[in-house]
Amino acid sequence: MINGLYNAEYEHDACGVGMVVNIHGNKSHELVDNALKVLENMRHRGAEGADNKTGDGAGILLQIPHEFILLQGIPVPEKGKYGTGLVFFPKDKQKQTAILSIMIEEIEREGLSLMHLRDVPTSPECLGDAALKNEPAIKQIFITGVTDDKVDTFERILYIIRKKVEKRVDDQDFYICSLSNKNIIYKGMLSSLQLRQYFPDLTNSYFTSGLALVHSRFSTNTFPTWSLAQPFRLLCHNGEINTIRGNRGWMKARETVLNSIALGDTKQITPIVQPGMSDSASLDNVFEFFVMSGLSLPHAMAIMVPESFNDKNPISEDLKAFYEYHSILMEPWDGPAALLFSDGRYAGGMLDRNGLRPARYTITKNDMMVVASEVGVMDFDPTQIAEKGRLQPGKILLIDTQEGKIYYDGEIKQKLASAHPYRQWLSTNRIQLEKLKSGRKISNSIDELVRHEINFGFGKEDVDNTIVPMCVSGQEPTAAMGNDTPLAVISERPQVFFNYFRQQFAQVTNPAIDSIREVLVMSLSEYIGRVGTNILTPDESNCKMVRLPHPILTNTELDILCNIRYKGFNTVKLPIIFECEKGGEGLREALMDLCKKAEKSVDDGFNYIILSDRDIDETHAAIPSLLAVSAVHHYLISVGKRVQTALIVESGEIRETMHAALLLGYGASAFCPYMTFAILDDLVKRGAIQENYNTAETNYIKAVKKGLFKIMAKMGISTIRSYRGAKIFESIGLSENLLKDYFGTSVSTIGGIGLETIARDAVRMHDAAFSKKTHTDFLPNIGLFHYRRDGIDHAWNPETISKLQISTRLGSYKKFKEFTAAVDGKADPIFIRDFFDFKRNPIDINKVESVEDIVKRFVTGAMSFGAISKEAHEAMALAMNKLGARSNTGEGGEDNDRFHATVDGVSLSSKTKQIASGRFGVTTEYLVNAEEIQIKVAQGAKPGEGGQLPGFKVNEIIAKTRHSIPGISLISPPPHHDIYSIEDLAQLIFDLKNVNSKAAISVKLVAESGVGTIAAGVAKAKADLIVISGAEGGTGASPASSMRFAGISPEIGLSETQQTLVRNGLRGQVRLQTDGQLKTGRDIINMALLGAEEFGFGTTALIVLGCVMMRKCNLNTCPMGVATQDPELRKHFIGKAEYLVNYFTFLAQEVREYLAEMGFTKMTDIIGHTELITLKKTEKNSKASMLDFSRLLTKEEGNTSLYHTTNQIHNIDSVKDVEIIKASANAIENQEEVSLDYAIKNTDRAVGTMLSGLIAKKYGEAGLPTDTINIKFKGSAGQSFGAFLVKGVNFRLEGETNDYFGKGLSGGRISVLPSSRSNFNAEDNIIAGNTGLYGATSGELYINGRVGERFGVRNSGAIAVLEGAGDHCCEYMTGGRVVVLGETGRNFAAGMSGGVAYVWDKKHDFDYFCNMDMVEINLVESSSDQKELHELIRQHYLYTGSKLARTMLDDWNLYVGEFIQVVPIEYKRVLQEEQVKKLQQKIADMQRDY
Amino acid sequence: MGDPKAFLKIHRKEAGYRPIHDRIHDFGEVEQTLNTKDRQTQAARCMDCGVPFCHWACPLGNKPPEWNDALYKGDWELAYRLLNSTNDFPEFTGRVCPALCEKACVLNLMDHEPTTNREDECAITEHAFLENFVRVEDIERNGKTVAVIGAGPAGLATANQLNHRGYTVTVFDNNEAAGGLLRYGIPNFKLNKEIIDRRINVLEQEGITFKYNEKIDVTKLPKGFNAYVIATGTPTARNLEIPGRELKGIYLALELLSQQNRILEGIEFKKEELINAKGKNVLVIGGGDTGSDCIGTAHRQGCKSVTQVEIMPKPPVDDNPATPWPNWPVILKTTSSHEEGCERRWNIDSNKFIGKDGHVTGVEIEEVTWEPNPDGGRPIMKKSGKPEIIPCDMVFLAMGFLRPKQPEFAKNVFVAGDAANGASLVVRAMDSGHKVADNIDKFFA
Repeated sequence: MINGLYNAEYEHDACGVGMVVNIHGNKSHELVDNALKVLENMRHRGAEGADNKTGDGAGILLQIPHEFILLQGIPVPEKGKYGTGLVFFPKDKQKQTAILSIMIEEIEREGLSLMHLRDVPTSPECLGDAALKNEPAIKQIFITGVTDDKVDTFERILYIIRKKVEKRVDDQDFYICSLSNKNIIYKGMLSSLQLRQYFPDLTNSYFTSGLALVHSRFSTNTFPTWSLAQPFRLLCHNGEINTIRGNRGWMKARETVLNSIALGDTKQITPIVQPGMSDSASLDNVFEFFVMSGLSLPHAMAIMVPESFNDKNPISEDLKAFYEYHSILMEPWDGPAALLFSDGRYAGGMLDRNGLRPARYTITKNDMMVVASEVGVMDFDPTQIAEKGRLQPGKILLIDTQEGKIYYDGEIKQKLASAHPYRQWLSTNRIQLEKLKSGRKISNSIDELVRHEINFGFGKEDVDNTIVPMCVSGQEPTAAMGNDTPLAVISERPQVFFNYFRQQFAQVTNPAIDSIREVLVMSLSEYIGRVGTNILTPDESNCKMVRLPHPILTNTELDILCNIRYKGFNTVKLPIIFECEKGGEGLREALMDLCKKAEKSVDDGFNYIILSDRDIDETHAAIPSLLAVSAVHHYLISVGKRVQTALIVESGEIRETMHAALLLGYGASAFCPYMTFAILDDLVKRGAIQENYNTAETNYIKAVKKGLFKIMAKMGISTIRSYRGAKIFESIGLSENLLKDYFGTSVSTIGGIGLETIARDAVRMHDAAFSKKTHTDFLPNIGLFHYRRDGIDHAWNPETISKLQISTRLGSYKKFKEFTAAVDGKADPIFIRDFFDFKRNPIDINKVESVEDIVKRFVTGAMSFGAISKEAHEAMALAMNKLGARSNTGEGGEDNDRFHATVDGVSLSSKTKQIASGRFGVTTEYLVNAEEIQIKVAQGAKPGEGGQLPGFKVNEIIAKTRHSIPGISLISPPPHHDIYSIEDLAQLIFDLKNVNSKAAISVKLVAESGVGTIAAGVAKAKADLIVISGAEGGTGASPASSMRFAGISPEIGLSETQQTLVRNGLRGQVRLQTDGQLKTGRDIINMALLGAEEFGFGTTALIVLGCVMMRKCNLNTCPMGVATQDPELRKHFIGKAEYLVNYFTFLAQEVREYLAEMGFTKMTDIIGHTELITLKKTEKNSKASMLDFSRLLTKEEGNTSLYHTTNQIHNIDSVKDVEIIKASANAIENQEEVSLDYAIKNTDRAVGTMLSGLIAKKYGEAGLPTDTINIKFKGSAGQSFGAFLVKGVNFRLEGETNDYFGKGLSGGRISVLPSSRSNFNAEDNIIAGNTGLYGATSGELYINGRVGERFGVRNSGAIAVLEGAGDHCCEYMTGGRVVVLGETGRNFAAGMSGGVAYVWDKKHDFDYFCNMDMVEINLVESSSDQKELHELIRQHYLYTGSKLARTMLDDWNLYVGEFIQVVPIEYKRVLQEEQVKKLQQKIADMQRDY
Repeated sequence: MGDPKAFLKIHRKEAGYRPIHDRIHDFGEVEQTLNTKDRQTQAARCMDCGVPFCHWACPLGNKPPEWNDALYKGDWELAYRLLNSTNDFPEFTGRVCPALCEKACVLNLMDHEPTTNREDECAITEHAFLENFVRVEDIERNGKTVAVIGAGPAGLATANQLNHRGYTVTVFDNNEAAGGLLRYGIPNFKLNKEIIDRRINVLEQEGITFKYNEKIDVTKLPKGFNAYVIATGTPTARNLEIPGRELKGIYLALELLSQQNRILEGIEFKKEELINAKGKNVLVIGGGDTGSDCIGTAHRQGCKSVTQVEIMPKPPVDDNPATPWPNWPVILKTTSSHEEGCERRWNIDSNKFIGKDGHVTGVEIEEVTWEPNPDGGRPIMKKSGKPEIIPCDMVFLAMGFLRPKQPEFAKNVFVAGDAANGASLVVRAMDSGHKVADNIDKFFA
């Protein structure tokens, strides 16, 4: 029973993983010990709960320690002939006995016996309270009795026993960690350090193994989850499966066709996916199933987590065919993943297709291999190292400990690809839709168009503002200033059913993808048809499918699909309509009938089913297509017939990408938006657009494709096959019954409507269309984006805008009360909080805390200078500083002149400095001048998306603050490239805390279901302040569909966060802020009652400053001079800081009045006290009356605070920098040179950062004189080595470094080179991790070796020389120089708009690896360029002694010819223009002088 | 929105008035028209605001962003359909509306150059009549009958709305033709009466019956109708009851205006009934639009001079902080009639009329000042104590109209326009007509 909003489904985790293998399988205890050390050296990747003691989980997978077991006096037979494993039992003895008897029954059924039951020794005294409370009884079971002929299949028998027992025992505390004759797993709700202590077995010197996998977990919460610790039976996983809902659903649907000869009857082991477990556990379940069915480990891995195989990927055609064949059978398990796996003989590792998790390996000369999330987790003598490398995106590495061999990806995949003639199978069986032609002419027009448009709920804006931009420019339209209209369920207007849904998106726990710049991993191709019943057996009949290049079907294509008769394809069309007169009951019957018909169609052997609403007429309305498709999808799954057919939707409702995404997300394979095509036809015929029909259609489809990519990408999903059915949405305002019956879930946050209302809405729209009175001159404008008096309600309307402006300008509290009366007293509710009132118990207002105290809880939203004008930006900073509250720089940085400037003694500097994915202007100086540093993970208007500031908006001053040059576009990537997971966030928080320990670190999240769980993770990652941003809010421009359909109301998100934090005992450690259309004192009170203690204002602040909600921010034409950079328009800015001071003072006064009414003296008295909320009456039978706020208003009880009371413990007092700072005191004070030497370990993270913060605080941007502080390090540096290093500080590292080295480099110099004692070839080995130099603004970096993925992302001014790079090098770069003396990975220079890169193109294949969308490549011909390159390489040689550099310099003329120069086209143009300008100036000067 | 940056490049351009020397000799409309291209260019200036204050300010809820866009794109028919969907008679409002929409235009806030909605409206409608976009609808009848008393803007709008919804409508009016104050108040130089006839013609073709010269006593409504609409306006003008009021040569403004319009219609009056300002010094008391109409009419009759006095202070020019945007700005308004020559004075109270031989020769007036009311109500007037005399031969009283008191009506009787709310704008009267039509719909639902 769920009471509050917390739902275990939302849990996320991430972690550190490691593997230690002796390549020859030589067993030793030393290896076990080393593995544990590896784990312990990654403790910063795990997390602890609120008690700072309970770990989130740690574990180890080892080979069964046969000798050790014998020494325990257990008379087991010889190796391999007994099965063993640890089992978690409930503490209750009776329950134990009951479970044991079931186990014995199942064991004996297989002719085996439970030979022994060992109580595993444990040391519970090391556990934290939460872990202790849920500690299970841990026993080791021993199963014997296997006959010699069955030894080979013994593993399988044990698997079947385990599955059967799991199926029969229903006890949360029962869990079989593993049951195998090869492996054993020790794990628990432990921290990395506790694993060894808790299980004394592991420290016994007779406990030996030849391989080990270790894992430490960072979970977003700390509920009892002993069983979720990893490793699982075959693997451990660092990452997250984004498509998990779909994968689980499809796995269930597929169970009926998964016949395994090896396993026999599949029914005995279903469900294959054990319910109630984590995504990683489900992944393991399916992986294990495949392996037990006889697939090899790499084969199973390649099916489940295939690498990308579109044109952009350099893999063989045979391998592509292998992937394509398998993609028909199984959708990818998509998401960031570093996977380590072992079956006891083989051990291997693999990364997801985009390489979103780090995994580095070291192989020694004595045949040891260590793979881990980090390097330096185990100490090696440099002379012993044979090879250093990294797992690459989509690539596998496998060790056969029996044969003592390492298999690299090429060899493994080659073997897989050549196992069967996949290419031939595909070409003879699989049909490609785009290659089919038919001579038939299909009309796109619809009679009585306007009538039909009205029937399907179209308004003028749908055509003018959505369809027209899509079909003209091939892009989704842009809208601005957020969504201030009511939720579908609050509005009494009939709604298009799609409106009840919201997109989910990735934040913190996994990264969104840039679907434009990283399109190489994206795919929209789909297969439709009937999956055979024998997909586990490789056979060409499995690929009798139609391949669609994308899921959007034109009328012609649909017609072709309906008429493919050859090769045995056949199809059926089922109408999705219901009788208007019968209303809700009729709808229910129609749906039931539809499901039955669909089932029969499957039985009749139809390859695909088309659900069509073309047949509506005067008496029949359309069933909402989403409802229809989801109902059929879930019904077919429930009867085990889903994968035998494909669903196609032909509906008039579809117009936006959101509609398309929803249909696919709930199970459709393709869709045909025939009404949209009819509208295109009409637009063309009327001459309303210039395009002809084909162009318009192509553009429209292109726009939908792009939109789908984006919607998938914002959840971090890259293929439509895994998106389909993954239900990456949440509904708001649908009843639990409806969701249970038709949407395969019963989680409804606020309850809502059922079939009755859906039918009523459909009929109302139908009647509006088919009534005789309907005029059909033009389509009405219902005011969705732009206010209309007779249209949809908008919270910001002429009344509220003008009242707010007039009251704050006149400084009249009386008029302000008129404003709040207009807002709070609106006739119809718009927001959830409009249903709330509060209990009253008046006291004297003089007892209530002062306006000055309350006003400190207000902040202005993050609006970047660049989006809004200088005048508006500064007015906000002044106002908030006057009030002692905080303004926010936004993501665009802040002119450093403002850091110390004042106006009438008030500082111009924004107290909150934001750091977003683009890292614009994020210098060390910027960070040290903050009181709060806000990490923007997502923003309300477009969570999960990046952005772009077009070149024409980048003027001199914006370029200065963003550290770029005027005129070039600045792209913000969708994710922070240093936050792919929660432990990455912890790292960034750690970095920032180091750079500025006085600043509070805040993390901005956007409300969605599950945000509470994420917030709990963020709290554990040591954030000081968490912002829950409502999806309604948002200033500036964003894609229209994102503005309306991504994220949810702040009330739900805030409430879930408050509940989850309190439940976890984490609430007291963080401050909680919220925003989203807040306007009045009443809003503040309501949000405080739900748990917020600080409140953000974006739109409201802009309106006070003159914004009149033109919603034109994207056009640079803001007539009020607020959201524009046009100097002419900026003259019209009429705002004054004083107005904002008035507003916030009035607001605080109103809050005081309410507090007095309620009977409380302080804000803190009401924070989180939902019991004080009462509900307003709703009209009977209205939609709103069906809402249920009980979950939202649940108050979690716990003995923790409901608001912020204690500070986080950041553990920065003992970092290496403390030592360094002490040693450099003279250098810092007196600018005297100092040279230092240190040994460094991977646990030394963010080295140099605190030092840099200190210097920047003292000397600003200038830093110290060149070469003042010189430090040599030896060893393996931890993450963020030299992050934010400032000018005058030089780091030289002998050894290697982990991810994020040189992040935010602000003038310092870093050189990294292999240990002088090492003897491998420097240029062939990886010595630096991923995402180096991210967001650097200046400085130098030299690396005598290769680096991982994403080097130099968003570099805007630093210089770097390295000897090889992974994928996505120089992505989004806007300035600086990067020289790569070696190979690069795929997608070099994607989104690069500035700076120059030089690449040594040894193999003459660089053009394949370069993303040419924004750059051009040339030989290095001009002498100035050659000189520049020469100088860079010379410097590289100077600082690293690179042999390669020496060779090149020695034979310069030969090598220079092999270099390629990469220059962004835009950058080149700007440079040329600048040169021309200079030249003209020169000529002008000359003429004048003359 | 055609061109998002048009407002930055194109200035507001008004058609302007005919030259004074040309226009004051006739009663033809003073306003000129722009050529088609300029008109469309003007429409391009509309910014399609996210929150269109014009649309909010308009009592009818007209949607300038939509029809300006259609106009800009040259789709005159769509422009008319959009305009006509909220405004029954855009050819009237396009001429006489003070255009609250333009005052609320964001471009008015930005640089006092709002879009030219009123002129656009007029042009669109004239175009529509010219191109026969104005349809005579074939309406299915619902069997209900309604009597509308009064054929002014409120009555006409109500009748039109009801007619289109299927009611059978009969309009009664006590004058000889339809239009109310449009016909008998507003001078022809602002609204040519053929414009009214043209629309009445359409209404008649669509099935509305007009009965003229029917003096209906609202307490004894004609039998045989299912519902009644009282749209009789504000028949009583505010009088100035000061000594000397009985003198000859003192008229209510409407006496002048209605007579002049009738004369132009060809109706003959006896000589002693004629009100003619030719060669006279005219004083207009009241600084509003009606007063202004008297000025223009007096000029056209050939008066010697005109003086206009107003009791309230002179409003500020351009901006009035007391009535900030987007509210209707109380600022100095100079009409075409003022341009034609007139002395204007403010803060003037009238003490008494002075006459000779029973005929008015002047008015004793006195400057006043206004002091803020401590109770927050209307400011308090303080006389200066220095009376003076303005000599004149003719006085027009243009001081507004008294709000009529309506008796208790039966449930099927509805009151619309000025008759319900007191004297106001044409758009307000029409809006009231719409609401009454809705109420009648609800009444029969």
